[in-house]
Amino acid sequence: MARSLTFDVERRFPGGPRIRARAELPLDDGLVTVLFGPSGSGKSTVLRALAGLDPEARGTIRLAGEAWLDSARGWVVPPRRRRVGLLFQEYALFPHLSVAANVGYGLFALPRRDREERVRVVAARLRIGELLDRRPAELSGGQRQRVALARALAPSPRLLLLDEPLSALDAPTREELRAELRHSLEGSGIPAIVVTHDRVEAIALGDRIAVMVDGEIRQVGPVQQVFGAPVDLAVARVIGTENVLAVRLVGRHDGLAAVRAGEVELVGVDPGGLGAAGTEAYACIRAEEVVLEEAPGAPSSARNLLAGVVTGRSEEGPLVRVRLDCGVPLVALVTRPGAEAMGLVPGKRVAALVKAPAVRIVGR
Amino acid sequence: MDREALLLSLRLAALTTGALLLLGLPLAHWLATSRRRWRFLVEALVALPIVLPPTVLGFYLLIGFGPRGPLAPAWQAVMGSRFPFSFGGLLFASVLYSLPFAVQPFAAAIAAVDPRLLEASQTLGASPLRTFFRVTLPLAWHGILAGAVLSFAHTLGEFGVVLMVGGNIAGRTRTLSISLFDQVEALEYGGANQTAAVLLALSFAVLTLVYALQRRPVLQWPGR
Repeated sequence: MARSLTFDVERRFPGGPRIRARAELPLDDGLVTVLFGPSGSGKSTVLRALAGLDPEARGTIRLAGEAWLDSARGWVVPPRRRRVGLLFQEYALFPHLSVAANVGYGLFALPRRDREERVRVVAARLRIGELLDRRPAELSGGQRQRVALARALAPSPRLLLLDEPLSALDAPTREELRAELRHSLEGSGIPAIVVTHDRVEAIALGDRIAVMVDGEIRQVGPVQQVFGAPVDLAVARVIGTENVLAVRLVGRHDGLAAVRAGEVELVGVDPGGLGAAGTEAYACIRAEEVVLEEAPGAPSSARNLLAGVVTGRSEEGPLVRVRLDCGVPLVALVTRPGAEAMGLVPGKRVAALVKAPAVRIVGR
Repeated sequence: MDREALLLSLRLAALTTGALLLLGLPLAHWLATSRRRWRFLVEALVALPIVLPPTVLGFYLLIGFGPRGPLAPAWQAVMGSRFPFSFGGLLFASVLYSLPFAVQPFAAAIAAVDPRLLEASQTLGASPLRTFFRVTLPLAWHGILAGAVLSFAHTLGEFGVVLMVGGNIAGRTRTLSISLFDQVEALEYGGANQTAAVLLALSFAVLTLVYALQRRPVLQWPGR
């Protein structure tokens, strides 16, 4: 079903920044769009405006042709009629209600039996069936996140909004829950918008990404495309990781993971929890981690050596951004003297070296 | 001791508390959540009885609702009786006089509820009224109970407003504190001693309850 969410929202903070976010986001079933940007860029403001929780937001919001906000005509749909599922950063579970009552909170219109049935179904899907009689205070961080997601999903919302869904968790739990959250979102069949400032989270959770800088949405597109080809310097600075390659797991040994992108094989540190060989993943390499040498190179400690051709270059102050074709597209950031010494012009044959710890493998 | 006065005092306090719950809760909710610029004006108005001598409040009520007052016909039409020296008038004055003692704890308790919980309730489809009864009230109930108990105690011991508005009519407007005044005037120290002891004991019990309630950090609320 082809639907989309279009918005043009403005929010002024007295004496503070001005947020003016415009975008059209496709919302296919189960499609996850990441709203990505540094803290203070206005991501949460946009999310709150979409949920209808910010009475000061101005502009227009439409979901599949239905107007949620049109402040020029004085039209506002209150949050309770938008049918969005909102996952708060700290989850905001009702502390005085059991897990079952939390999950069933949005189902008050259903008869009691249907409500209980629906709570059971959603709880089973999110593996919180054992916790239904507990209170939020008796749950771990990861369990709270699942309960909050179940509560948001139970009334079958038209759109899920998640505000930094993993940031309230400690690091090991976060690693563990990232893939699980992706599966839950994919399996829910409900389009989702996830706010995050963490690029690993953005890559692991998102199908598409909208990059926010200084209160504006600068670029929207598939995750790989945006990471691989930022439209401007501001976006490139924010996303940091230029090289995002779709890969398949080949094997794991000695704490390392070998992955394959087309003809190219890369070795990175095994992040754990990747699954069996053949599993899809992303390999992320920052441009400044790519070292260039005259081909063929001398023996090196770097585990990844890719032969390729320079396809383009652009100057960035003291640095030069070099585009390569190594069977996969790759971007390297080198110093200007380094680039001059090697004569890095399009057509030049080089070898790209990347240390295994610089290859960040992110599971899907 | 004047048993009739005790019963009247208890009845007045109970009805005043009930009326304050009905009127004070919406008012407190508005004060705790409104972002209107003139909110402070309402806050000051509600707090006025704390600093005002009760006789001043009683005086203006008499001016407004008394036999020649501009509001007397309205009162007569609604209540079917005259304002001065009636139990209805006494109740009305008591509600106004105890308003801050109820509304301030109510508003503090309501404001202490995490606003994200209220937002969560809204996004889950709940109306403002539903949100109030399912989230705000269960999470703020100890503060609300404290406010109710406090205004009950405050009404029980009130003197100045009763004297101004209600006078001293046995069975209708003679409350315990008025009765105590009568006893002292008549030099009946034995009876006065009893009356005073009852008021002291009641007030102490009520305040103990209030502080005990405020000390309890987390409450257990039934599951559904």
